[in-house]
Amino acid sequence: MRNEITDALKSPGADYIEIRIEENKITRLVYRGKRLEEVGRTSSLGGNVRAFVKGGWGFVSFNDTHNLKDSAKLAIKEAQLTAKEDFSLFPTEPIVEVVTAPKKGPSLSLAPKKQLLDEYNDIILSTPGIRTSNIGYGDSQKKTTFANSEGTYIEQTRADINLRLTAIAGKNGEVQQVGLSIGSLGDFSVMEGLQGQVKQLAQRAIALLSAPQAKGGEYTVVLDPILAGVFAHEAFGHLSEADHVYENQKLREIMVLGRRFGNKHLNIVDGAAVPGLRGSYKYDDEGIPATKTYLIREGILESRLHSRETAAKMGEKATGNARAINYSFPPIVRMTNTYIESNSLSFGDIIADIKEGIYARDWYGGTTSLEMFTFSAGEAYMIRNGKVAELLRPVVLSGNVFATLGNIDAIGNDLEMNQGGGCGKRGQMPLPVSNGSPHIRINRCLVGGS
Amino acid sequence: MEEILSQAKKFADHAEVFQVSSKITPVNFEANRLKEIQAKESTSTALRLIKGGKVGFAQANGFIKPKKLVEMAEDTCQFGAEAKFTFPGPQVYLHTATFDSKVSKVKIEDMVQAGEQLIAAIIKHTPSVVCEATVTKGIITVRIINSAGGNASYNKSFFNIGLEGVLIEKEDMLFVGDSLSSCHPITDYKSLAQDVIKQLDLAKTKASLPTRQMPVIFTPRGVASALISPLVSAFNGKTVFDGASPLKDKLGVQVFDKNLSLWDDATLPYQVASYPCDDEGVPGQRTTLVDHGCVSHFIYDLQTAALVKTESTGNGDRRGGMPTPSPSSMVINTGDAGFDDMVKDIKEGLMIDILIGAEQGNILNGDFSGNVLLGFKIENGEITGRVKDTMVAGNVYQLLKQIEAIGSDARWVEGFLFTPSLYCTGLSVASKAG
Repeated sequence: MRNEITDALKSPGADYIEIRIEENKITRLVYRGKRLEEVGRTSSLGGNVRAFVKGGWGFVSFNDTHNLKDSAKLAIKEAQLTAKEDFSLFPTEPIVEVVTAPKKGPSLSLAPKKQLLDEYNDIILSTPGIRTSNIGYGDSQKKTTFANSEGTYIEQTRADINLRLTAIAGKNGEVQQVGLSIGSLGDFSVMEGLQGQVKQLAQRAIALLSAPQAKGGEYTVVLDPILAGVFAHEAFGHLSEADHVYENQKLREIMVLGRRFGNKHLNIVDGAAVPGLRGSYKYDDEGIPATKTYLIREGILESRLHSRETAAKMGEKATGNARAINYSFPPIVRMTNTYIESNSLSFGDIIADIKEGIYARDWYGGTTSLEMFTFSAGEAYMIRNGKVAELLRPVVLSGNVFATLGNIDAIGNDLEMNQGGGCGKRGQMPLPVSNGSPHIRINRCLVGGS
Repeated sequence: MEEILSQAKKFADHAEVFQVSSKITPVNFEANRLKEIQAKESTSTALRLIKGGKVGFAQANGFIKPKKLVEMAEDTCQFGAEAKFTFPGPQVYLHTATFDSKVSKVKIEDMVQAGEQLIAAIIKHTPSVVCEATVTKGIITVRIINSAGGNASYNKSFFNIGLEGVLIEKEDMLFVGDSLSSCHPITDYKSLAQDVIKQLDLAKTKASLPTRQMPVIFTPRGVASALISPLVSAFNGKTVFDGASPLKDKLGVQVFDKNLSLWDDATLPYQVASYPCDDEGVPGQRTTLVDHGCVSHFIYDLQTAALVKTESTGNGDRRGGMPTPSPSSMVINTGDAGFDDMVKDIKEGLMIDILIGAEQGNILNGDFSGNVLLGFKIENGEITGRVKDTMVAGNVYQLLKQIEAIGSDARWVEGFLFTPSLYCTGLSVASKAG
């Protein structure tokens, strides 16, 4: 295969060509209530050629990996049609390396997976008041070969595991649900020993049936590490992706490096070089080494996430953040492991002087338009006179990024990473990422409600 | 495919092979300029088999030896779900038009020109808007064979043109956009340009709303972004069977306004969500879900239908896995109210065009809550400006129990929903301003 790749990369007519070949094996188990509804295996083999001519791209993806030369020819022709200006990608040194997964991937045997999930499902379903459950488990092992016309040739293997458990309670035509998401870079033991958490999950779904809904409006909101991580991802992470910014002059002015976004205790980091997390890797899908990037340091915008193209366009450094979810997509700028760094306050300190506020925990989802973001808590409580008070129905929080980061006025000392999420952008989802934070407090956060 | 089926039959009691191939060409524009041309070809083959009453499943994207695929499926069989259904034998399929050979003949150069002209029309109106656009053509071929003699296949062509623009002034971002899709080539995208220009015009002035309950008009795009997800979930036969749908036990019961009807329709000619047969070889059909406010039926695939002892509604859909019930085209009945008349009726209220985050609430319960990405204040019967920093929260069942008016302005949204504007009352609005 390597010879065919090298040959195809010599095709004439392009400023730059790259080829990516992927093999992937996925196992999936899905439960709905007591029915194990799906047990399936998927095996994939495919690849793509991407060609670059004077600032324009051609991209050809395929399952049949025997015609690399023809695919290269087509990609070059497409790129030539798109060509518009003299422009070079961010320069790199060629890398030749075979990288193996840091941990042994999940075993292929289905029996132990099914046994564990059966146990969790029984815990949920045997809780009185629970109507049904949803469980989705997936694991994958992927081998990627990447090579480009500049001499880089990299093979990487990677394993990923994710699990989502949902308990659904119902009463009098009302339905409430609570979920738990877990993920890892191939380590199955992370999925084990969750019995206690699963029990709590089911009990909370039942408690929600009699919980009141928050009254809509502005509140002082305290986020737990999981939800604050989702907040960091949605509220600021996406805006740090340079492909949103690099071609938009006005946005470049707004996102100028050195601008103050938050108070001096606020540090936000993204980096695939942070080891052992679901967003970790050695090289991105353009063959650029992973880095750890301070997006915000001491409240000030320090850098952003780049591909080779966006880095060159903005005169900044490539950060190794170009990722493609699979061979049928070109790499685009993505987050990896995104988190707010710890500061000094305990949870008690953070809520001590809140007269009336909301304590929002765990995540259900999040989205952003870049300026406006929303993210939803899986669990919420009122805070009254410095104490966590009654349970509320899950809340959706929303804000404007330019105002909200500045409204973070307390940061805890208890950073935790959440590995259960998946990120979506331009039709590529769910991409394995992780995010995290310590507890944080946000003033004047908009909460949807009755 | 035949080879896979014959090898599978040696092991299994029943077997089915599903194959889908596609060739898709997206032309992408970024920052008002042509950026990238793609050509994507893919083939995937799925094998479902039943042995000893249990279902096994395996899928291969790209080439795989038939024997290997059969082994993978065999391996899952012992753990598989109990098969309640049988594969359908030979069927009579109605002709549902989903293919226009003209689509594959559209030249890339013409797609480039379409995108450039669309962007030019927007820029001419508002020079500082920065647009992304995609013009896509595609051909999909589906074939299903099974051990009961079932044999179905069809081709589908599709063409899509979509635009998203962002207009930035100081730190205010305005997002506008829309899309058109069809099984025919789209040559007239003036309506798309006009819709986007109308959004830009309406958003020129800003307004703010107080925090309280108020009447609301959901435009067709507003219906799609705020209301449709909870309904799709609630009418899924699987959600109903699990007891997780609020519409469980509501068949025949009036749950919605008596003027509201909703149906799923896979037979609409040249609609991108149409098909002559679903992904299990069951003929596509029109299924009434809400008839004048009464819950009429749910949507099913083979397995779910068998669990409930009913028939599949031809809604078996695969997304890289086993079939599961999923809608084709959803249609809400067109009403008789003019949009301007609905606006005139409101003293103070909100018009929602795009809501973000609405799917993150407890949609099983019909709850939705989100940020108004594109929405306008209505004051004394007129649209007075764009609102920002505004959240809404509501429940689909409460809102649609009594609808003030149903618009006469039905249109397709995202190629899967045909809906008019809906005028409702009592939506909770929370805003920074009030």
